[in-house]
Amino acid sequence: MLTISLTHYVVLSALLFSIGLFGVLTKRNAVAVLICIEIMLNAVNINLVAFSKYITPIDFTGQIFSLFVITVAAAEVGIGLAIIIAIYRNKLSVNLDDFDWLKW
Amino acid sequence: MPADMFALTLPFDPSALTLEMLMAGLAMLVLILGIIVPKGARHGLGWVSLLGILGIMAVAVSLWGEKRELLNGMYLLDNYALFWKITFMTAAALVILGCMRFVDNMGNQAEYYSLTLFATLGMMVMASAGDFITFYLGLELMTLSFVILVCFRKTDAKSVEAGIKYLLLAGMSSAVLLYGLTLIYGLTGSITILEIGRIIAMQPLSPALVLAVVLVIAGLGFKVSAVPFHMWSPDVYEGAPTPVTAYLAVGSKAASFAIILRLFVSGLPGIWENWAMVMAILAAVTIIVGNLVAIPQTNIKRMLAYSSIAQAGYILVGLVTATEAGIKGVMFYCFLYVFATMAAFVVATYYYNVSGSDELRDYAGLAQRSPLLAAVMLVALLSMAGIPPLAGFAGKFYLFSSIVGDFLWLVFVGLIMSMVSVYYYLRVALVMYRDDPVDATPISVSSPVAVTLVFATIATLVIGICPGPLSEVVNGAAHTFFLH
Repeated sequence: MLTISLTHYVVLSALLFSIGLFGVLTKRNAVAVLICIEIMLNAVNINLVAFSKYITPIDFTGQIFSLFVITVAAAEVGIGLAIIIAIYRNKLSVNLDDFDWLKW
Repeated sequence: MPADMFALTLPFDPSALTLEMLMAGLAMLVLILGIIVPKGARHGLGWVSLLGILGIMAVAVSLWGEKRELLNGMYLLDNYALFWKITFMTAAALVILGCMRFVDNMGNQAEYYSLTLFATLGMMVMASAGDFITFYLGLELMTLSFVILVCFRKTDAKSVEAGIKYLLLAGMSSAVLLYGLTLIYGLTGSITILEIGRIIAMQPLSPALVLAVVLVIAGLGFKVSAVPFHMWSPDVYEGAPTPVTAYLAVGSKAASFAIILRLFVSGLPGIWENWAMVMAILAAVTIIVGNLVAIPQTNIKRMLAYSSIAQAGYILVGLVTATEAGIKGVMFYCFLYVFATMAAFVVATYYYNVSGSDELRDYAGLAQRSPLLAAVMLVALLSMAGIPPLAGFAGKFYLFSSIVGDFLWLVFVGLIMSMVSVYYYLRVALVMYRDDPVDATPISVSSPVAVTLVFATIATLVIGICPGPLSEVVNGAAHTFFLH
């Protein structure tokens, strides 16, 4: 029977991270980009929890770290959505290609 | 859970956090005052923040020489951290004093000042961070406060657009940085920087560690806007309200350098030969691209943005050797960079209040309209270019002298590009001094702004003419860096 080892978690997290990074770089919708950033942060969380379980099982460093990451990510999304609403009122669009007041 | 686990915890000494608690208290006080006081009196909030910062700075000076570790090295209080904290607070004080009228025109003073103070708090936490959690929290407190500040004029499309760009790119870079940090945690089983330093020195180099270091360099390179991670900064600098740009250019950059030094010099010295060359190349590319792209800029904020990218390149030079001399160079340069940049941006802010324009051509004849503004701008720009006897020269001298032995080519890159930078800095001077103004009415400079500008200029001159005293202070601070 296949047992789940640390490698599986690390590979999963690497995949999620790559998917998130790819999304951030290719998606043109601001909300989608925000979601992709969340995917990257969740990859980080999987890493942290897996390392915490397999490498430092006695102290909970990684798990505590991941709680902080989750909290900060929530704050970030809160601010992100607020800005997206503000920009939608200005431009009636959430497409990053329309944000061309400034040269990228 | 065994009961003696709690007995094992070290005694927690909250007095090591005095500065941070005071700063958090001040920020919340300003926010609450903003609700209580009537609209007409909110102008005073700037003075409350300013006096508060000066008071906390006095406390910081009185703590000089303390050396404490909190929670097994999670939080470090030493001269190194204190020096950075004083640097951040100097920058915050200058930006608040210099840009009060701009903020009054913008409205919502309470939120503005309290966010500025929270950003400062984030930087102070970063300077003291001894492990990844503290570091990440400080970084995000600073970044998120800055995101809100960048899009503070929420009806101005440019400002909001700069805000969303900054948020998305900062979020991405934080995620990349964090992923690198988790890999380091996985490889060493620790998140305390000093302990990681000890463990990595004993381990053979693994490919995973290389990947982790690359990710960390990419994430932090974004924060200091090193090329090729600089794409956000000209846009954000141009779109953000000018006082925010000033503080972003100085504070966020200096705080990132504080943590980069801590992370690389005390966390990763075991693999120094592997990242030194990367840093050297990053510094060289940043210096070259920053200076060359600054030449064709027509907007003064955009030009200053590219010039600040180039400055980040110069500062990176001090990191290459990971020696005490290099650390000293970084700290010295960041400190004087505060004065030059603040002076330049306060002039830009003040002139924007008068003319409503940030375009370089509208600076024509500034010397006739207001000799003070033009002179301060000139001194600030020449200091950034590194012309003796101004402070920038002494700073560049310390930075480059730390690498003369091993990286002579980098010294040449720096010197040549410094000469190139004189061209675009002097172009501003030419517009200000040679051209005739379209509208020749003299500009009267209000006294807080005049005080800020004169203070920054005098500091630039004094540090440049006799760098000795500051240099000794910085030496002492850089020395404590290695004592943990």
